[in-house]
Amino acid sequence: MNTLVLIKQVPDTEAKINVAAGKISEAGIKWTISPYDEIALEEAIRMKEKSGGTVTALAVGDDSVQNALRSAFAMGADNAIHVKVDGYQMLDSFGIAKAIASAIEGADYKVILAGRQGSDSDNGQVPLILATLKGWGCVSFAKKVEVSGDKAVIECEADGGEAVYESSLPVVITANAGLNEPRYPSLKGIMASKKKPIDSKPVDIGAETKIEVLGFEPPPARPAGRTIDGADAAAKAKELVKSLREEIKAI
Amino acid sequence: MAKILAVGEIAGGVLRKASRETTSVGKKLGSVSTVLIGSGAAAGAAEVAKHGADTVYVGEIATYNGEAYAKAIADLVKGKGYEVVILPHSWIGRDISSRIATLLNTGVISDATDISMDGDRVKIRKPVYSGKAFVSLIVKASPQVVTIRPNAHPIAESAGAGTVENITVDAGASKAKQVKFEAKSGSRVSLTEADIVVSGGRGIKGPENFPLIEQLADILGAGVGATRAVVDAGWCDHTLQIGQTGQTVSPKLYIAVGISGAIQHMAGMGSSKYIVAINKDADAPIFKVSTYGIVDDLFNVLPPLKEELKAALGK
Repeated sequence: MNTLVLIKQVPDTEAKINVAAGKISEAGIKWTISPYDEIALEEAIRMKEKSGGTVTALAVGDDSVQNALRSAFAMGADNAIHVKVDGYQMLDSFGIAKAIASAIEGADYKVILAGRQGSDSDNGQVPLILATLKGWGCVSFAKKVEVSGDKAVIECEADGGEAVYESSLPVVITANAGLNEPRYPSLKGIMASKKKPIDSKPVDIGAETKIEVLGFEPPPARPAGRTIDGADAAAKAKELVKSLREEIKAI
Repeated sequence: MAKILAVGEIAGGVLRKASRETTSVGKKLGSVSTVLIGSGAAAGAAEVAKHGADTVYVGEIATYNGEAYAKAIADLVKGKGYEVVILPHSWIGRDISSRIATLLNTGVISDATDISMDGDRVKIRKPVYSGKAFVSLIVKASPQVVTIRPNAHPIAESAGAGTVENITVDAGASKAKQVKFEAKSGSRVSLTEADIVVSGGRGIKGPENFPLIEQLADILGAGVGATRAVVDAGWCDHTLQIGQTGQTVSPKLYIAVGISGAIQHMAGMGSSKYIVAINKDADAPIFKVSTYGIVDDLFNVLPPLKEELKAALGK
């Protein structure tokens, strides 16, 4: 069974984000695979180790996202597709999903895995849009996946509890924290990753853009806070309760 | 005036706060009708009418199904000509908003913390990069689909006609179906709906001390949260995790106990109105965003704090 994993290259969570003139300055940012996508990739590799087949990693963006695909090779992906778009916009999920749908036209993937959301936009839209465009099932926030025969059984976090879903194949599944613990790439994997071919597919998504970004700005400054002073912990507790009640009327 | 469809949530005949929020926001931006799908959905009609809903579309279905919900709502938008669809950025809202937008061949914006009309466009502001930047954007295609951050938008009273219309929600053709559901029952208010959240971090030192957080929350009628470190260590249930890999909360008051304030945690609680931090490390980043900070050992602060709160609240 062949599996496709959607991976997104994002700034490292610890990266400092600078905003200048309504835009994000990319200088000095260290890029990485979005953490949830690493979990999705790990799951695909485990499925292959158990039942055979291939794992293909796919990333959308300019040439820089080939770094993320090399990291996917190092972890254990067999193939990589770079959906090359000019003017890539991380918030344009519809255009991205359309480009992915076009790039995988005719391929025979039974399971498409992705992280539940990218750590840059925190949207979680692309997997659902892709599934809807293709008429496939989509199960979000998976914490356990079993594929057998022509169906997948997925345990997932659900509204107010935990649920089990059954889906026909192909199915799009988004990975939640707790699905697995992603492995570190082996030295052998890292060496081999440099030589593997990446299938680069240029796609023009200009006409499919549905979102217009008006501009970025730094986060609004929070009003200055106050340290609660007091002779001891009890005095501080008393002063805090007084402030909560009288100053901000929060309790 | 924009013609808006608010998507509410109801389960077991109990209307969720999210329904009042999406309807109130819709009323603020234009004329609003509300769709309620779930078990006992009809019971919520009169309630959302109090927030301005002209028509309340009611779809009865026993088991949640994302494909069926999305198709029913997309058909409604097409059939009635709604220009804007507003959903809560809840578990259900995340699962159906992108599907609805795709069925309508349009775009979707998720998790708005600010929302306003700019001509015929709904202008959204939302945090990105773990709250390290904000972005303003619009859906330039039509109709426009947006989700709003729970608890971050005011609920307003405004009488609407509340005319009930029934709609059909049919999961028969769906590819993925829920075959089992186990509710995570808790007596406490849900984290995303709570006005006050009390949250514990690594500073509580061990699972035996997590009840201190719960006791404080119970005095305040608050939701209980935790950091990733506490969840990973198994000191509390993983559903309580707040942060980038957990839930996003936006309460009026967030009380961070023994939490240093890693960026991943701040991403999940940074839009709280007021933040209280209790931590013995004066250099902890959490103090930079706190309304009130107590620099002291939490084990010394919590016992008198509980007594003071009980006395103040008459408990």
